[in-house]
Amino acid sequence: MEQLEHPLWIVQAVNALLGPLVAAALHPLGFEFEPGRDVIPNYVVMSGLIVALVTIGCLLIRGRLSVENPGKTQILLEDGVGALYSMLEEWIGPKGRRYLPLVGTIGVFILAGNYMGLVPGLMAPTSSINVTLGCALTVWVYYHVQGVKEQGLWAYLKHFAAPPGAPIFIAPIMLPIEIISHLSRIMSLSLRLFGNIFGEELVIVILFSIIPFLVPLPMMLLGLVTGGLQAFIFVLLTVIYLQGATEVHAHDHEQPHGQGEPAAAHA
Amino acid sequence: MRTRSILASVLVLLAFVAVAPLHAQEAGAANVELIRWSIITAGFALGFAAAFGALAQARGLAAAAEGIARNPSAAGEIRGVLILGLVLIESLVIYVLLISLILFFIKPFGG
Repeated sequence: MEQLEHPLWIVQAVNALLGPLVAAALHPLGFEFEPGRDVIPNYVVMSGLIVALVTIGCLLIRGRLSVENPGKTQILLEDGVGALYSMLEEWIGPKGRRYLPLVGTIGVFILAGNYMGLVPGLMAPTSSINVTLGCALTVWVYYHVQGVKEQGLWAYLKHFAAPPGAPIFIAPIMLPIEIISHLSRIMSLSLRLFGNIFGEELVIVILFSIIPFLVPLPMMLLGLVTGGLQAFIFVLLTVIYLQGATEVHAHDHEQPHGQGEPAAAHA
Repeated sequence: MRTRSILASVLVLLAFVAVAPLHAQEAGAANVELIRWSIITAGFALGFAAAFGALAQARGLAAAAEGIARNPSAAGEIRGVLILGLVLIESLVIYVLLISLILFFIKPFGG
């Protein structure tokens, strides 16, 4: 794929600035770098750029927040946070608000990452499998930790073997299926995001190499839709996995009164 | 009798699989053939995946539209379930797309 990657000036600048430092720091660990290649890959620079931009944006907005006289930006952001809150409460219930920090962070990062690919001179960090796998692993570890915290270790392990209400002799069948299903969540989460964003960038690059004027525009418009949709889907699946892990089962069929049961969310 | 023939065919298949790498190392001519077939396979696989994925999505979409038409007050919940289902179907097509891209660009069979 090297022929499709063009050098980005910001990556070159960061590498010229920090490259020797990072190479010197990684040298004792056994990493060797060829002289011509970039020490810091594209997606790390782009992820760092997202972090920097979000931090600067938050610092700029923080000074202008007010309760009596909210500005337009504040109302927009409050709507976003409110939408996340209502989603968490709809799926998990009233205790779902405590999971906002991770869910919101993942959502902001992936949304910004997806839309970065449409800005000339930047690339989408989520079109690299490393970034999406990192996000998926974070979510995966987080929901297991929250499940253990919520239910206790033994009860959490038990709900893998036998779902509540099911007889115990079903465990030898259920346990492998559940383990495979939970492991495949990493793959499906990371590959879905990676495939969508990478495929979209590839289509834009190919169209651009054929006719570099106005023809890639419809594809970029489609990229606006898929970028937002994939970020939403990642957040939605995170919330569903959290719901499945932290749901405390009462002794009988006393289900918590949620809006929707997670219909076939085991992919 | 039937199980024995199935067993024999499985054994023959295993023998082919075991011998195949030797043949692949042997000559470049077979390798070219393999690359050609892998590219054809990648295109057809993506075509099949897109066709049946679209069929499945269309069925889901039709059912959702019908449900909303019958009961417009349930539109919100139906929309949520619909998007979730569409994405889960679509991700299977995306897997095939990734396999096709691997066959096209990374070329695991050499070349």
